[in-house]
Amino acid sequence: MLNYLWGLMILTGIFWGAANGNLDAVTKGLIDSSKESVELGLVMLGIMSFWCGILEVGNRAGLVDWLTKKAGPMMDFLYPGLPKDHPARQPMAVNMIANILGLGMAATPAGLAALKALQQNRDEEKDRQTATNTMCTFLIINISSLQLVPINMIAYRSQFGSSNPMAIVGPALIATFCSTLAAVIFCKIMDMKSRRGKAVPKK
Amino acid sequence: MMEWISRMLTPFIISYIVGFGILSDRPVFDDFLAGAREGMKTVAGILPTLIGLLAAVGTLRASGFLDTLSIWLETPASWIHLPSPLIPLVLVRLVSNSAATGLALDIFGRYGPDSFLGIAASVIMSSTETVFYCISIYFGSIHITKTRYVLPGALLATAVGIGASILLAG
Repeated sequence: MLNYLWGLMILTGIFWGAANGNLDAVTKGLIDSSKESVELGLVMLGIMSFWCGILEVGNRAGLVDWLTKKAGPMMDFLYPGLPKDHPARQPMAVNMIANILGLGMAATPAGLAALKALQQNRDEEKDRQTATNTMCTFLIINISSLQLVPINMIAYRSQFGSSNPMAIVGPALIATFCSTLAAVIFCKIMDMKSRRGKAVPKK
Repeated sequence: MMEWISRMLTPFIISYIVGFGILSDRPVFDDFLAGAREGMKTVAGILPTLIGLLAAVGTLRASGFLDTLSIWLETPASWIHLPSPLIPLVLVRLVSNSAATGLALDIFGRYGPDSFLGIAASVIMSSTETVFYCISIYFGSIHITKTRYVLPGALLATAVGIGASILLAG
């Protein structure tokens, strides 16, 4: 799916630019974006390595174990098939909590570690390119946005002279709750379908 | 108050973890280095995905296709009460966080952060994620190509988030 999408994005951009006579702008956009992505990568390299280091300190001191236990009931509800001693359980809990607190740069490395552990410990070894139900749920919940307080947007709003930058906290909380609820319901339905063996993985 | 809590959160968590490590008699700097080394490997691993995706987004944006798409989508968007100035934001939100932030700030500048559009943009940015970016980075890292129902599920959650944002802003 991503292969088609990516190809389509590149080709649409170039053909559209050519048809409208701004091919130079497209070339410039392409080069500039690749350059910017490396700059972004460098920023991520610094911040994410730092968070990984801090998380490892917490991990080896036993804090992460404690946190995973605390998040247990929520994890059991979201991922009923995941064994208590699954190696992905810890990073998944850390990812969820970091997301709720709005620490995106700490959430990403934990999320990547979680998926790696899920991939290495999957039941069906045959088709390693297909996402498992747990992976799907994990990703959809992640994308549904879990952040409680949108600190970045609040800061931008006050920069632009908002009379009440905090006015969005309540609405954002409700909207985040709605999108996460929709995600959970959707994943539960898909889980039920594939348990009945009706769902045939597409593509 | 809430803003203060949010601002204190990161320093609090870091000092709590490091303090806890020292009290548990751990070699905290060695532990930190081991984790940071892993983190560097992780970022290096996702860098190709990042470059490919952002280059594709940059191409699409520079070609003017997104602007045209926004014009095409004006009528269907009005059926679901999506104001036309928010269409580019909603589209770009799916692929790039920084580009979407740029568009949100543009809306703040043009209509004011306390206007209906300003509040709707703020809430949309707060209750949605970069769908395609997340899927590429996460699944790319473990070479998953068959993503099954992730995209429909993620788009559904995003659509619900956007719908709720517009209702709540109005």
